[in-house]
Amino acid sequence: MKTSLKIAGLKASVADATILRGIDLELKQGQMVVIMGPNGSGKSTLAKALTGHPEYTVKGSVKLNGKELLGLAPDERAKAGLFLAFQYPVEIPGVKVLNFLWTVYTQQHPERTRRIHPSIVDFRDWLVGKANELGIPDSLLMRGLNEGFSGGEKKRLEILQMAVMQPKFAILDETDSGLDIDAIKTVAEGVNKIQRETDMGVIVITHYQRILQYLKFDIVHVMVNGRIIKSGGPELVEELEQRGYGEIRG
Amino acid sequence: MARFAAKKTSKPGDSLIRDDYEHGYSFDTDSYEFKSGKGLTEKIIHQLSRMKNEPKWMLETRLRAFGEFQARPNPMWGGDLSPIKFDDISYYLKPTEKVVKSWADVPKDVKETFDRIGVPKAERKFLAGVKAQYDSEVVYGSLKSTWVKDGVIFLSMDEGLAKYPDLVKEYFGSVIPLNDNKYAALNTAVWSGGSFVYVPKNVHVKMPLQTYFRINAEAFGQFERTLIIVDEGASVHYIEGCTAPQFNSTSLHSAVVEIIVKKGARCQYTTVQNWYKNIYNLVTKRAHVSEEGQMVWTDFNMGSKVTMKYPSFILAGKGAKGETLSMALAGEGQHQDTGSKATHLAPYTSSTIIAKSISKGGGRTSYRGKVFISPNAHHSKNTVVCDALLLDDKSRSDTYPVDQVYNNQVEIQHEATVSKIGDDQLFYLMTRGMSEENSRKMIVNGFIADLVKKLPLEYAVEMNRLIDFEMEGSIG
Repeated sequence: MKTSLKIAGLKASVADATILRGIDLELKQGQMVVIMGPNGSGKSTLAKALTGHPEYTVKGSVKLNGKELLGLAPDERAKAGLFLAFQYPVEIPGVKVLNFLWTVYTQQHPERTRRIHPSIVDFRDWLVGKANELGIPDSLLMRGLNEGFSGGEKKRLEILQMAVMQPKFAILDETDSGLDIDAIKTVAEGVNKIQRETDMGVIVITHYQRILQYLKFDIVHVMVNGRIIKSGGPELVEELEQRGYGEIRG
Repeated sequence: MARFAAKKTSKPGDSLIRDDYEHGYSFDTDSYEFKSGKGLTEKIIHQLSRMKNEPKWMLETRLRAFGEFQARPNPMWGGDLSPIKFDDISYYLKPTEKVVKSWADVPKDVKETFDRIGVPKAERKFLAGVKAQYDSEVVYGSLKSTWVKDGVIFLSMDEGLAKYPDLVKEYFGSVIPLNDNKYAALNTAVWSGGSFVYVPKNVHVKMPLQTYFRINAEAFGQFERTLIIVDEGASVHYIEGCTAPQFNSTSLHSAVVEIIVKKGARCQYTTVQNWYKNIYNLVTKRAHVSEEGQMVWTDFNMGSKVTMKYPSFILAGKGAKGETLSMALAGEGQHQDTGSKATHLAPYTSSTIIAKSISKGGGRTSYRGKVFISPNAHHSKNTVVCDALLLDDKSRSDTYPVDQVYNNQVEIQHEATVSKIGDDQLFYLMTRGMSEENSRKMIVNGFIADLVKKLPLEYAVEMNRLIDFEMEGSIG
């Protein structure tokens, strides 16, 4: 049986404002689901609540392969196999990308490190290959983490981090925003490749359908005001594009 | 701040400030050659000078300086120095008879101390020469033969005065006069130990020279005096490290370091200050730099209760350069008042001051800097960058910059930032599987990375280890 991510009755609030009003969602490894919705519908809150941002008070249940994640610190959720590609990646000055990713990799996958990439040199060669596939120049790996990166460089680096982490489930929070059309295609192809190689499950959060034409997804959920109000197949994207969220809601 | 999900840190029960300072041990002082007793009098200064067999001019200098020390009040700025009780401190403690050249000849307690700090190992691996000072005196000294052959002199200051009295007389107090400030005066009155270094013309000492300063006794004042002369076209990197036992009583460390960088010469002076948190560290350091010479201060302060130290350079010759890279870390009960002074007296001189500070657990850091550009110093440049990182809401950081510019054809830049480790930074790293504690360490080490990489590799590794050690258990 495939590993699943099961979200049940998830509520999240911040300083007395309720943002998520009960989300139910199930996803198996190898699947891809899309969450679309207008600004302020709670999409990014969902991403942060799932990964354990301390700002939110949460209720409900999030189980990864039967293990309850709510109540765990973000690093423990990461170790359980959950990954978030940030909408706004944070700058950590002076922490060199290569060294950072090597630390992350050895921690997350000690067994694989020993077997395949026993030294940072082996790892670097592999990482450079992956980076280049995503259109990231080698020189970026020698700079501080996201330090002075352009918006597009930051987003590409998120996908590279996903390739290093090799999670069971990944959440892509508006990875397409701020990318030009060529970059969207490169990044989407990168996501597809990692999914093929690792059989991870993916939740794609997006505003627009642009990136979706390059991704092979199963289900679309429409989120409005902290709830999923409609779910459907890929045809729902077309409908949203023509009619907008207002009509769906109405 | 909002908590990341409740979880145990690697060492439960750690308080914010660790009591397990790794150099906190001490040995008794019963076997010492000489102990001056508490307090400082002219009689003690006479006695000290006589025991050291000094020339008359040095005794006279000491006595004049003692007068200056007594006449001057404590500075009204910087750290709070009022808890220093001058009458409760011993000013001269001589642990052994003389400086020896073999570790086998060093008394057992003293040898064990330096073994634990790792001095003999570092000496074998990557140093050109070593001095080890224990309380008032240098007890061990070495210099590899290749540098002896090139004419390099590396002695304790006492030996330097005995063997090269004319050279010492010419330069002693020439950069930092005895009335420069209260604590420079005190040092001049009771100085003992420290290093005397001379590097002949065009000699490049490729491995660092290092002195380790150890305070062992309780309620003690250490007053080493260092004079470094780098002759034309020569270069040297001098490193000092400092540790002390864990006592509740107050001790004082007041050093004076004078450096003469001659035409086209280069000197780098690195300090790794890790005193225990009972020490008042009040140090005056200054370099005089001639034409096309270069002075670099790499100044790392993590220990002590109060540090007031502003390594400075006088750029006296055309095209002279100065650089200060300063890092301060202040935890609970600590105040690091550090910075630098750049004095431009000649045309085409340039200086850079980069200061980074980290405050945590209610600790306080201050950047205090002065840039002086004289009317002669046309086409000079200065850049000051100070960045402060606060780890919590209890901690504090201040910046006190002064610029005095008397020439229009100059470039002056000043940048300052204050940042906090935010939840968003921690969250980001934690989603990559890093623990909260390791995430903090990573952010702090990243913050100082560009300074640490200016150190030789062995010291960079040690510095990162010390920072990690300080950061352990500091989750607020």
